[in-house]
Amino acid sequence: MTPPFWAPYKAADSSPSVIGSPLSTFALDRVSAHFPEAVVERYVDRAGGAWAVIHPDSLPKVAAFLKDDAELEFKLFGSIDGVDRLHLAENDPRFEVVYFLYSLKRHEHVRLKVRVSEHQPVIPSLVPVYRGANWWERLTFDFYGIRFEGHPDLRRILLYDEFQGHPLRKDYALRDRQPLIPERPIKDIFRGPGTSGHS
Amino acid sequence: MADSHTFDAKGHNPDTDGSLPPEGSELEAHLQSKHMVINMGPSHPATHGTVRLKVELDGETIVKIDPEIGFLHRGFQKSCENVTWTQCLPYTDRLNYLSAMMNNFGFLNAVEKLIGLEIPERAQYIRVIGSELHRLTDHLTCVGATGLEMGGFAPFLYGMEARELIQDRVTELTGARLTTSFGRVGGINRDLPEGWADKVHKTLTRTEELLVEMDGLLTRNRIFVDRTKNTGVISAEDAIDYGWTGPALRACGIDHDLRKAHPYWVYERFNFSVAVGEHGDNYDRYLVRMEEMRQSISIIRQALETIPAGPIIVDDWRIALPPKPEVYGTIEGVMAHFKLVMEGIQVPPGECYDATEASNGELGWYLVSDGRGRPYKVHVRAPGFPVLAAVPHIIEGKMLADLIPTFDTINMIGGEVEQ
Repeated sequence: MTPPFWAPYKAADSSPSVIGSPLSTFALDRVSAHFPEAVVERYVDRAGGAWAVIHPDSLPKVAAFLKDDAELEFKLFGSIDGVDRLHLAENDPRFEVVYFLYSLKRHEHVRLKVRVSEHQPVIPSLVPVYRGANWWERLTFDFYGIRFEGHPDLRRILLYDEFQGHPLRKDYALRDRQPLIPERPIKDIFRGPGTSGHS
Repeated sequence: MADSHTFDAKGHNPDTDGSLPPEGSELEAHLQSKHMVINMGPSHPATHGTVRLKVELDGETIVKIDPEIGFLHRGFQKSCENVTWTQCLPYTDRLNYLSAMMNNFGFLNAVEKLIGLEIPERAQYIRVIGSELHRLTDHLTCVGATGLEMGGFAPFLYGMEARELIQDRVTELTGARLTTSFGRVGGINRDLPEGWADKVHKTLTRTEELLVEMDGLLTRNRIFVDRTKNTGVISAEDAIDYGWTGPALRACGIDHDLRKAHPYWVYERFNFSVAVGEHGDNYDRYLVRMEEMRQSISIIRQALETIPAGPIIVDDWRIALPPKPEVYGTIEGVMAHFKLVMEGIQVPPGECYDATEASNGELGWYLVSDGRGRPYKVHVRAPGFPVLAAVPHIIEGKMLADLIPTFDTINMIGGEVEQ
């Protein structure tokens, strides 16, 4: 028990060998140089990862730049997810959507963020740029109710169509109950079995 | 089909008027050609896990396919947000239930990165050994099941024999066959059992023999090759665009392995090569997995030979539980134990993204902590999710029979895809 165990763990206690090597900011520097108006904020997290907060309207052109620029080539699509910042100290606007891309040329990840309010949770879709964004955007829509404008098929992916609300929002209770939904008619072959429609 | 009506429309009837019909038309009988919709799953034997495939067929050609997922959705993220960091561990087991230790260690690695914690060297070695053992079981199941569904029962049994031997070693190490919940933040919770290394060496030797048997039964088997070669083909550009990683991406000819690109733990100390395919078809995905198993065996042997002695978990009572004599013998030990169990590890506020190379590709974690002892957000980038998302792209326009080997070799795992 080298350090006193009752004192809270501080960021300063971190091992320098883990924290001491910040990751490259080359890609985000290029983005800032090309689209100075698109980058709302830049910072580096404690683990050394560089982040850029992008204005929602500029997201597709920034992503297309990251993908097509000859020095960057962030072609490998990583993932998308949302964060509901309701209970965090800084929570306006309420939602954050995070994007992870990977460059096989530079061997590094890039981390992008877009912030949207709960009144207008709309972000341009990345599907025209990356086909891999399709299911991840559906997932984010399913869990957070964030709509992606221009998505070809924005419907729920893990939950069922009749599900009410978006479960990963912080105001959705852990043990919330869903209403019973009527069985679907059997005649509709695309929707699966149930009672027959004419009974 | 409109052309086949011209013969009738012109009024020729070769049986009665003796006139010759237009060339080639005798054989073109008018067939009903409505598209048929069939439903594979959610509990079809060929859909490992529970995924429902709604397939629209024109004859035997797939016109449209719509995978419907979510039957195994358990609310992984919501559950994690409501328990302490250590209590998330059993939930991570159930993501990829064929290689639970990789999920455990991947999650712990991300938490340690968020804390800024360096774990002891021996713990890093044990993590490598555990991960590679479970990479073996994952690939053995995948390859065995592929053989099984192509009609060969024997390779499946050979694969299961090897897998059960490895599962026995995993049981001796962790106490559980599948849901291991092994490792803790800051290291490993229990050291290698006595005499375990010798048993692993014997198991690996037997696994190598069984791999030779499987290889002999499948790799040059006419039926197997016909079913898998040039089926389920995806180009490297498309695979990258969809976000494929792991063996499925490497089968397209892309040399990308996080163990080499960003060596974590002690991977850079081992001598191993990355298996890379060429054509991006089912056969190459099978070959890549076979070669990866041989490399994993080599990594485990090297790790067992060079593993150093020393502590297996950090000596910091804010992170790891105190040793039991301290808990039972001293007030500080009791207090530290109590605080850790009741309040959880106080991860400082912050966020990080971290990824490890799991058996099916990049297992990424995006963690957010608000400093209250529970995860604020746990995002998991399951490697199977983008792979499954690309199935409509690679299978539309192909034969229904190609769907089965494709679904086998991409090795979609319901637990991680459906969270």
